[in-house]
Amino acid sequence: MEGNFLQDALIYLGAGIVCVPIAKRLGIGSVLGYLIGGIIVGPYVLGLVGKEGVKVMHASEFGVVMMLFLIGLELNPQAFWRMRRIILGMGGLQMVLTSLLLLPVLWYGFALPLNTAIGVSLAFAMSSTAIVLQTLKEKNLDKTNAGRSAFAVLLFQDVAVIPLLALLPLLAVGGHVAHTEEGSFPPVFGVLQDYPTLMLVLAVGFVYVLSRFLVGPLLHVIAKSHTQELFTATALFVVIGVSWLMEKAGISAALGAFMAGVLLANSAFRHELEVNIVPFKGILLGIFFTAVGATINFTVILGNPLRIVVAVLIVMAIKALVLAILARLWGLKNDQNILFALLLSQVGEFAFVLLAAAWQANLIDVINLDFFKAVVTLSMLISPVLLYVNERYIDPYFGVKERDVPTAPADVMEERREVILTGFGHFGSTLGRFLRANGVEATILEHDSDRVQLLRKMGFKVFYGDGTRLDLLESAGATKARILISAIDVPEKNLELADLVKKHFPHLEFYVRAQNRYDAYELIDKGIAHVYRESLYTSVFMGVDVLSALGHRKYTMFRKALEFIRYDEKSLHRLAKLRHHQETYIAQAREEIEVQERLLKQDARFADLRSDHAWDKTPLVRQD
Amino acid sequence: MHSPSVLLLFFHPRYEDSQANKVLLEHARTVERVTIKDMYELYPLFDVDVMREKADLLKHSVVVWQHPLYWYNCPPLMKQWLDLVLEYGWAYGKGGDKLAGKRVLQVITSGGSMEAYQQHGRNRYTHREFLRPFEQTAQLCQMRYLPPFIVPGVNSMSADQLDAYGLQYANILSALAQGDASYPASDACHYINEIYTV
Repeated sequence: MEGNFLQDALIYLGAGIVCVPIAKRLGIGSVLGYLIGGIIVGPYVLGLVGKEGVKVMHASEFGVVMMLFLIGLELNPQAFWRMRRIILGMGGLQMVLTSLLLLPVLWYGFALPLNTAIGVSLAFAMSSTAIVLQTLKEKNLDKTNAGRSAFAVLLFQDVAVIPLLALLPLLAVGGHVAHTEEGSFPPVFGVLQDYPTLMLVLAVGFVYVLSRFLVGPLLHVIAKSHTQELFTATALFVVIGVSWLMEKAGISAALGAFMAGVLLANSAFRHELEVNIVPFKGILLGIFFTAVGATINFTVILGNPLRIVVAVLIVMAIKALVLAILARLWGLKNDQNILFALLLSQVGEFAFVLLAAAWQANLIDVINLDFFKAVVTLSMLISPVLLYVNERYIDPYFGVKERDVPTAPADVMEERREVILTGFGHFGSTLGRFLRANGVEATILEHDSDRVQLLRKMGFKVFYGDGTRLDLLESAGATKARILISAIDVPEKNLELADLVKKHFPHLEFYVRAQNRYDAYELIDKGIAHVYRESLYTSVFMGVDVLSALGHRKYTMFRKALEFIRYDEKSLHRLAKLRHHQETYIAQAREEIEVQERLLKQDARFADLRSDHAWDKTPLVRQD
Repeated sequence: MHSPSVLLLFFHPRYEDSQANKVLLEHARTVERVTIKDMYELYPLFDVDVMREKADLLKHSVVVWQHPLYWYNCPPLMKQWLDLVLEYGWAYGKGGDKLAGKRVLQVITSGGSMEAYQQHGRNRYTHREFLRPFEQTAQLCQMRYLPPFIVPGVNSMSADQLDAYGLQYANILSALAQGDASYPASDACHYINEIYTV
């Protein structure tokens, strides 16, 4: 068993590693790469994967669940509520119209019994959440109108799966309902099983309470333990737990995960959760697509190639037509309309689930099941190709690009912020308050979870996490931000961050806090222009007050202070270069004394050079 | 000298709210050999860098002071600049001849109309009369004070009118930048507006 698992993992991961970079290089997207990888390792080409492909596919379907959780995280309840009309309207119409148009085709054209045709047409109204969302993210289309509309339609479909699953057994006319129990409830829930509605309400309520009130404090406690893997484990625990619960309650795992995500979207731990779940989602989805590729039944396809090709073409054409009409109704422009229609034209992975349920309910026979499953897979395989063709050959003809133009501000998911501030201690919070007082809201990253809680109570938008981690910065929007401020008080971390910024976000203007002269030198060495020594201004202005107490005029000393700071900044940059010329190694303490000495010598010259000529100093001529 | 010959020193404490000055500067930027310095941006704390300012003055042959007229006077940073930079022994007084021969143009944006700045108008004195301290400052530094450029009534001006003033300004600046010898002297007219029309 152990050996088999390792071998399977090798094959699935290997297929992705080989095929995805090639697919990306060719510009056809990772989804198609995985699918092709799956076909290659599948039973019809290399034969590395056999019948177990189906099992792998079901197991990795959990990637879709995780993806919905992540989508939920990006969509707080308010934003979700604002989208309600497009979700219900566009999503609902899409399902109804598509099934209605598919029904006669399946009924007459493919001579299915009416009830079977109804079941299949409903299943075929589904589009692939996995393919579409992955593609949207990858091609950076998720903020376009087409992207948002696609998301709305997918969301409706994902929710619709649940009542559809309940509907399918009813369609089986007098059919013996072969109810297969997938695991049983723990005894505590046993009683509830007889009251499905109560169960449902309880489960939804429980997820609400859990996400709203329990997960936050739990993560807070976990965060305090400063164990990264424990945090990852907790994040997974939450997602898997909610999914399990919802599935047990007869609601789809995907919907449960999505709900939990939405409820956690306003939490301080949002970015951290996202960062921890993303890799799992990515790998599982990759395996899922590979498994889809591996389970394509070429025997069925080759048995009657014409029939299957015609079926795929008709289904996709009908879906695209309905989508195009809806897009027009909702006012999408030409290029967005075509993109939207093609994006969602495939039949999705939920069709497998629905077809399987239909089979269990004796609604469809094995031959038809295999045939329609092949149709689904083929359509999934074709849709990335269609998008590629659209991008290359169709889209360029329509000049209008709606990207980046927020035409409908109502359903903007989340505005990206220009400034990211990492470190929100005394230094960072003062800075943050000042920025905010002038109408600049920064995205704040802070690694002390206690502080995060406190500040959030005070209404700041603070996220929990180590601000020097690449992935966290990415999800905080570093690729789109303009300025990154580091108010972290650990010089080593700032040096690390400086390297990271140079390497991954060269467009960011980096403003960094330095503890003293010495780490300022190192930051300057790295080519950082905006270095702020934390004690410079405070100490000089303390000097102003002392001099004023000694009888100097305040305004004069204030001017002198500014001049001194300007001069000190200059000497900092000069000495940063100079210190490399020292031949011998000097112990830190020795070096400090030497630097001080040099500074004092320079200061003497500063006093000489900058004697103040302003406001004529010559004493009044005494009039005797 | 072939370096930029006009040094435009712009003083405005609330530049973000001044449409007129925005338009004027936009046009000024189209003229070659003009160095524009946004002084409130350079010295937000009034810590004028005297050495740097002197060096810039030496590099140019024409100095432009562009500013709004607040309480019949220049904004405080400009006064600070005059006080700190035009030092005794450098700009005036014994041995103070570093600015000798340079020309000075004052460019004023003003809320009131030309009519208000008349003997019988609301402000009782003309612009030229209010600007006398600056004229005399230039005089003392052996600089030639040119007839000033006035953009009056900026609070109620249409965009087209503003653009017309902008074009006029650009013409004036390019004449100065090219060292136009026929450029009118101080006593030729009250305001350069009267001569340099678009």
